[in-house]
Amino acid sequence: MTFLFYIFAALALVGGIGVVVNRNPVSAAFAMIVSFLGLAALFIQLDAYLVGVLQILVYAGAIMVLFIFIIMLLDVRVEENRRFPFFGALCTGGVAAAFAALLLVVLNRSEVGAATLPALAATEGPGSSDVHRIGELLFSQYWFPIQVVGILLLVATIGVVVLSKKELK
Amino acid sequence: METALTLNHFLFVSGVLFAIGLAGVLVRRNLIIIFMCLELMLAAANLTLVAFSRFNLKEGQPDYEGHVLLFFIITVAAAEVAVGLAIIVALFRSKGTTDVTKVDSMKY
Repeated sequence: MTFLFYIFAALALVGGIGVVVNRNPVSAAFAMIVSFLGLAALFIQLDAYLVGVLQILVYAGAIMVLFIFIIMLLDVRVEENRRFPFFGALCTGGVAAAFAALLLVVLNRSEVGAATLPALAATEGPGSSDVHRIGELLFSQYWFPIQVVGILLLVATIGVVVLSKKELK
Repeated sequence: METALTLNHFLFVSGVLFAIGLAGVLVRRNLIIIFMCLELMLAAANLTLVAFSRFNLKEGQPDYEGHVLLFFIITVAAAEVAVGLAIIVALFRSKGTTDVTKVDSMKY
């Protein structure tokens, strides 16, 4: 269990680093897919099956296809071999490293974070899957937010059509 | 004996992934890559939500309200990507580049 966690966490992090360091946008997009697959595996390790599958379908599937489509459409080439921004990279790396170090200190001090993975109560029969439970919650308690999200998607679709028109009036 | 998984493990991975995304947004010059790093930060925050929902059991099951929130976040992220990429395409049409250092006419 712990062994698998380290493998998939490493996959997610290496993919993330790949996005940042790859000069070729297509390679960066593929590194991003690797990162999302690792993240989905971590979700499934946390018994969040629906979320893990959604992560693969929506993020690694739909969103990354859209990204690669746009990269190909715009014909974004590999960045020219201009001078490497040493100062910028140094500052950015410093910010990221400081963030990670701060996180390590804070997490080591917290008592909440030291909790080990609690065992789930055994359930059987229909209605015990997480898809069922999330669906029930979505369409009972969260009926209004889901309508709002539907409207948001409609507005986004219309917005994309308007933005993609040749001339904005 | 191998150490048991704690909440800290997941929170740390999530935080480091967020920091990587942040570094990408700061250091990269290509608008599309910056946008991808933003998505990475959003996905890293998702991991925190799932981890907390799994470690705070409610009647022996994960707290599914966290999953519901995550469902909404994924939907909003999808809408955001669609609109953001349309804006990038519109920008590329008018300026002919996706390099953020060359699109600075609003800066002055």
